[in-house]
Amino acid sequence: MKTTQALILILLTLIAADGSAAADPTLLNVSYDPTRELYQEINAAFARVWRAKTQQGVVINQSHGGSGKQARAVIDGLEADVVTLALAYDIDAIAEKGKGLLGAGWRSRLPNGSTPYTSTIVFVVRRGNPQGVKDWDDLIRPGVVVIVPNPKTSGGARWAYLAAYGHALKTLGSEDKARDFITRLYKNVPVLDSGARGSTTTFAQRRLGSVLVSWENEAELLRKEFARDGLEIVRPKLSILAEPPVAVIDALVDKHGTRSVAQAYLEFLYSEEGQEIVARHHYRPRSAAVLARHAAELPPLTLFTVDELFGGWQKAHARHFADGALFDQIYMGSR
Amino acid sequence: MTLASSARTRRRLTIRRRGMLPGFNLSLAIVTFYLSALVLIPIAVLTWRASAMPAAELWAAVSGPRARAAFALSLGAAGTAALVNALFGFIVAWVLVRYEFPGRSLLDTLVDLPFALPTAVAGIALTAIWAESGWVGRHLSAAGIQVAYTPIGVTVALIFVGLPFVVRTVEPVLRELDPVLEEAAAVLGASRLRTFLQVILPATAPALGTGFSLAFARALGEYGSVVFISGNMPLRTEIVPLLIVTRLEQFDYAGAIGIAAVMLLVSFVLLLLGNLLQAQRRRRHEGA
Repeated sequence: MKTTQALILILLTLIAADGSAAADPTLLNVSYDPTRELYQEINAAFARVWRAKTQQGVVINQSHGGSGKQARAVIDGLEADVVTLALAYDIDAIAEKGKGLLGAGWRSRLPNGSTPYTSTIVFVVRRGNPQGVKDWDDLIRPGVVVIVPNPKTSGGARWAYLAAYGHALKTLGSEDKARDFITRLYKNVPVLDSGARGSTTTFAQRRLGSVLVSWENEAELLRKEFARDGLEIVRPKLSILAEPPVAVIDALVDKHGTRSVAQAYLEFLYSEEGQEIVARHHYRPRSAAVLARHAAELPPLTLFTVDELFGGWQKAHARHFADGALFDQIYMGSR
Repeated sequence: MTLASSARTRRRLTIRRRGMLPGFNLSLAIVTFYLSALVLIPIAVLTWRASAMPAAELWAAVSGPRARAAFALSLGAAGTAALVNALFGFIVAWVLVRYEFPGRSLLDTLVDLPFALPTAVAGIALTAIWAESGWVGRHLSAAGIQVAYTPIGVTVALIFVGLPFVVRTVEPVLRELDPVLEEAAAVLGASRLRTFLQVILPATAPALGTGFSLAFARALGEYGSVVFISGNMPLRTEIVPLLIVTRLEQFDYAGAIGIAAVMLLVSFVLLLLGNLLQAQRRRRHEGA
């Protein structure tokens, strides 16, 4: 009897809570794995800004997972108002395969090709950098054990692969030499974890490998988390400009009536306050002024983009990551 | 023999007459609806989608060197794990049924843990222990044996997830086994080994077979725990479910469905074999 009463009470409370919240718009931000902490702070700050502007509250829910998996969830019907994913290829997939969800021109709707912040790929080494890893060329030396996730299942791993390949292409000058370089690099990889966090665990907790190839923000987090182990960050001379894109999902915001707040939410990422939060979470802000203020943690680097070196994500994917493409050939050749 | 068969005819008759057990229609309707919604329809959709694919495309999805290596690893590791489970699961069941000792109910609960534990947690815990820096792995790697990130690691994870299936299918059969049979065998002068081989084993073999095929089928589809301990190296430690996830990650639904359909077929044949085996043994057992 007691339980029934308790249940009814809980139900009533839920209904009441639902009724009062209905006035405020709710957004669902579907994002990728390592942005959890970033968007927690962004959401709180945006809710404040939105209230000041419209006298209206806003509730933002977050969903995190592998970038490709999240894109698939949206295609299959997850009611996302905005997506903030790891690579343009995944949002392209939503535009292409999600029937009428998103217009093909999504990249031109916000500044910088709809990428409000960037990141890059750096190295993490153990205390004192015992193997003297300084740049990409050190990763193909025999005896250097490299930990990097599987580009087939991880967006971050695709950035890492393209960073290494781009370095080889730029310094060695030919596709053949770059292929040879990347093959030798992956020969030094003993384990291909399915995601970036998996690789971080393998490196930091299983103590496997001499160098972890990782997102810059993940590397900073790792250094703080394992301060006792004295992990060090090494920035290669040349790396890739990773540009995680964002988009408002047209069909779904129109259905929910949340277009204006969703648009304002993404624009907030470009604001002074938004960029400051981005920098605090070790992503590289687009704003030159904010970046300059954080130059100590985010030193200037020479970075190339996927567009200039690989002709965009669709081409890069077909040439490197599709079934039977270059990445697969690395392993087929070794047999 | 005649007695048994006439009993069977009588049983068939009672079913046909209906009404002896009330609620047959209702419960059958519920079962049909329930199984359709949860099992039959999703699997039918999968099969239908696979059959809509051109045969050449389906073949290409499952016959590449990577797919072949993954199938070999998945079948080999799942089979080995199921064999190990059949052996040790039998011993665990035996101990749980036959002996009274302090901590027995704790041990009993422990057996079910692989059912309850999220497989990712199991995978991380197993990797922590078996990796080169881990508790057990440290000593093994000193002896030159590597477990984590090799097919052995995959098998270890699959043994973990499959254990309860064998124990829980063999246990009730062992419990039902009348000790009088063993006493009779002993009185008639059979050795302990002979009693085990000719009295206990035949009676429990069908259950053991079912437990084996359940553990096998379960291990074949296991993803969560394996991806942490396997290392996911193409051609070496890539399991079939990982290949499916890989294909999905590239929005290659057709390739994923092709592999999934083959997996489904293998699992189905396995479970069917297990059930047939059990039915056949049971019939022979009843007939004797």
